[in-house]
Amino acid sequence: MFEVLRKSLQTGVVTTSYPAGPPQVATRARGRPEIDWANWKDARPGAAVCPTGAISYEDSDGQRTARLDLGKCIFCGLCADVDKAIRMTNICECATRRRGDLVTGAQYSLKQDGMHDRLLSVPPAPLEALGQELHKRVSEILGRSLHIREVDAGSCNGCEIEIVGLTSPVYDLERFGIHFVASPRHADMLLVTGPVTRNMELALRKTYDAMPAPRLVVAVGACGCSGGIFGQNYATRGGIDSVLPVDVYIPGCPPNPHALLHGILIAIGRLPTKQQPGR
Amino acid sequence: MNLLPILQPILNEVTQRFGNRLELLRISQLNEIYFEAKPELVAGFCGHLYKRWQARLVSVFADDARQDEGVFHLYYVYAVDAAHGFCILRVPVPPDDPKFPSLTTAVPAVNWQEREIQDWFGLKLVGHPNPRRCALHDDWPAIHPLRKDFDLRTELPPFTGERHKFQEVEGDGVFQVPVGPVHAGIIEPGHFLFSAAGEPVLYLQLRMFYVHKGTEKLFENMPIAHCVRLAESISGDSSFAHATAFCHAIERAAGVEAPPRARALRTICLELERVYNHVADIGAICTDVAFVTANMHAMRLRERVLRVNEQITGNRLLRGMACLGGVRFDLEAEHIKAVQHLLTEFRPDFESLVEVIRESSGVRDRFETTGVLKPQVARDLGIVGVAGRASGFNHDLRRDFPHAFYDQTQFTVPVFTEGDVQRRMVVRREEIFQSISIIQQVLEKLPSGAINVQLDQVLPGRTALGYVEGWPGEIFHWVRTATGNRLARCNIKDPSLQNWPALPEAILGNIIPDFPVVNKSFNFSYSGTDR
Repeated sequence: MFEVLRKSLQTGVVTTSYPAGPPQVATRARGRPEIDWANWKDARPGAAVCPTGAISYEDSDGQRTARLDLGKCIFCGLCADVDKAIRMTNICECATRRRGDLVTGAQYSLKQDGMHDRLLSVPPAPLEALGQELHKRVSEILGRSLHIREVDAGSCNGCEIEIVGLTSPVYDLERFGIHFVASPRHADMLLVTGPVTRNMELALRKTYDAMPAPRLVVAVGACGCSGGIFGQNYATRGGIDSVLPVDVYIPGCPPNPHALLHGILIAIGRLPTKQQPGR
Repeated sequence: MNLLPILQPILNEVTQRFGNRLELLRISQLNEIYFEAKPELVAGFCGHLYKRWQARLVSVFADDARQDEGVFHLYYVYAVDAAHGFCILRVPVPPDDPKFPSLTTAVPAVNWQEREIQDWFGLKLVGHPNPRRCALHDDWPAIHPLRKDFDLRTELPPFTGERHKFQEVEGDGVFQVPVGPVHAGIIEPGHFLFSAAGEPVLYLQLRMFYVHKGTEKLFENMPIAHCVRLAESISGDSSFAHATAFCHAIERAAGVEAPPRARALRTICLELERVYNHVADIGAICTDVAFVTANMHAMRLRERVLRVNEQITGNRLLRGMACLGGVRFDLEAEHIKAVQHLLTEFRPDFESLVEVIRESSGVRDRFETTGVLKPQVARDLGIVGVAGRASGFNHDLRRDFPHAFYDQTQFTVPVFTEGDVQRRMVVRREEIFQSISIIQQVLEKLPSGAINVQLDQVLPGRTALGYVEGWPGEIFHWVRTATGNRLARCNIKDPSLQNWPALPEAILGNIIPDFPVVNKSFNFSYSGTDR
């Protein structure tokens, strides 16, 4: 008994100051890739090495539309290795409310040799606005209690490792009044991972149906957002939104606990404003 | 055609023993001997290798080679630990008579693997005691996804949830407790059906493959370089081990070896992976007997390792680090310092956590004699890794088949015979101390030089076995290359696929409330099994 007390006292407080302070990530950490859209010369090398198709392009009528889809990105950084216009940042807070917000793109005129020439349209500003909104709402969120039911709908268990990390003293989800619960009947939010396997689709739907309204669904990880590296195949359905309506998407492979926390807090900020019939 | 000298006597004896019934196909990579024989010889070959050379049947899988050779191939991979080599038996199965003899009655360890072959390739099992579907659930249409004429993107009708017919357990006061696939905790999905009378469990039936993602088929549909990233997603907790096993297989197929520094860095990462998983498991085992304080410390310690992982590789689960021919990121002076700093602080912190757990007699009461996996059962089922070593199964690829940098390090392999929750925890505890020592030794001897060799082209038609001792046990990847830098086949053998059948054995006679702690003490990967 004394050992237990002594060890706890010796350890002291280890909880992160996030979200009041910045996320504690290493400088080498690979977060959101950033493309220098204005000076990007060729989308092809990046697209060729991308294992999930997060970087893609379409050519037609002498024009090229190039896209970066954060929902598919596994932050491996292979594109940045082959293309100087792409840089891996260590920004991990990427969650958005709409799937479309994870996609940025630009149009270029196309040269004979297949390189880009001129930037025709500028990509929309990235996700900064959401960050500010989050900070504005943090205070009101802190007072609210939220119960989360987690469902692995086909994940590789990487996301689960980080989600479990949220309950550690370092991230301590409970300081926000947020708890993980054992039953969907007690839950306000469904936190779902994985590319929804054919075998888990029904279980996922049943879990969702067992939840009382209003309820939130948060899709976690590249697989949860888009199917990730597994995509859609004979055994998988793809992203969570192919089965359930999703309120927030948290990209990453896996998203680290900061990113998860960020996404969950974004989702709660939305709760009072959303009143759709039947939900 | 070089061969490890220690394997030569085995090769001589086996070829002599079976004469013209056994054909020597080729020898590759010093320790991989390929034989071919007719299906009739499968049982005899297995029995002989086991009795004469103590060979373990570590992997059984099939390959659809109809396009190239007009037949299906079955592969039986035997590990001869004492000789550090693999004997691989290839058995052709004609497409017009697609059936193969079962070994399960003699070798229960291959039960699930044989049924996977039946499901995925449509080869009929002959003589299997329970030849029902395993990898494809009951409501799946009659498809065989790993046949070459099955398209990866085939759309199947939605899952109906048709009830699986479980074995009935009857008697006075016997009742059933179904659990899953969605569990109460933050864990992966699987279905458990308990049959109990009063509190003790009479029988436990497992239903897995809820997270089957078509991974092996996907490997055949990607350039090899992309497959490394896919290998990282086979089982998240073994991201680096799986990716390294895959790279190892490709390197062996291409006949190149990762440079010494790369192998040293791989070893460091493999051990970091072991440490963060083991410490998390120790904490989780304590949680399941309501000793949450220990878990909080364990999670804090795990977080420290994860952050160092991120510092040195850019990802907390060591993703993105592995690459064909070596590793992607070098450890600069600051990173080495970070690892050293971690080890210095981790060790005393962990030691005092061990003391906290040891001091709690209530915790020990729950751990000792709980969930006993008897050595005989463990051997019959071929249980590997932590679970096997807690039940007297003394195997460790790091020692028996030195890969990466393990031949340059000294370590002991903790083995116990009691096979209870306590011993599985102690194996983890001791392995953490060994891992710390291994990392320190590697850092002391860290070779200089390149961290990878160029490996852009792999010739078609090559086959190779890659292996790594991951934290839960031995991981095998077997590949056959195709044209255009692609794979014709990649078989993934996660230790969990081998180990799951241990759980129903270990839980017999225990009370249902002890199930969580018993399950956690094994902590098998669902995704690695279902893939």
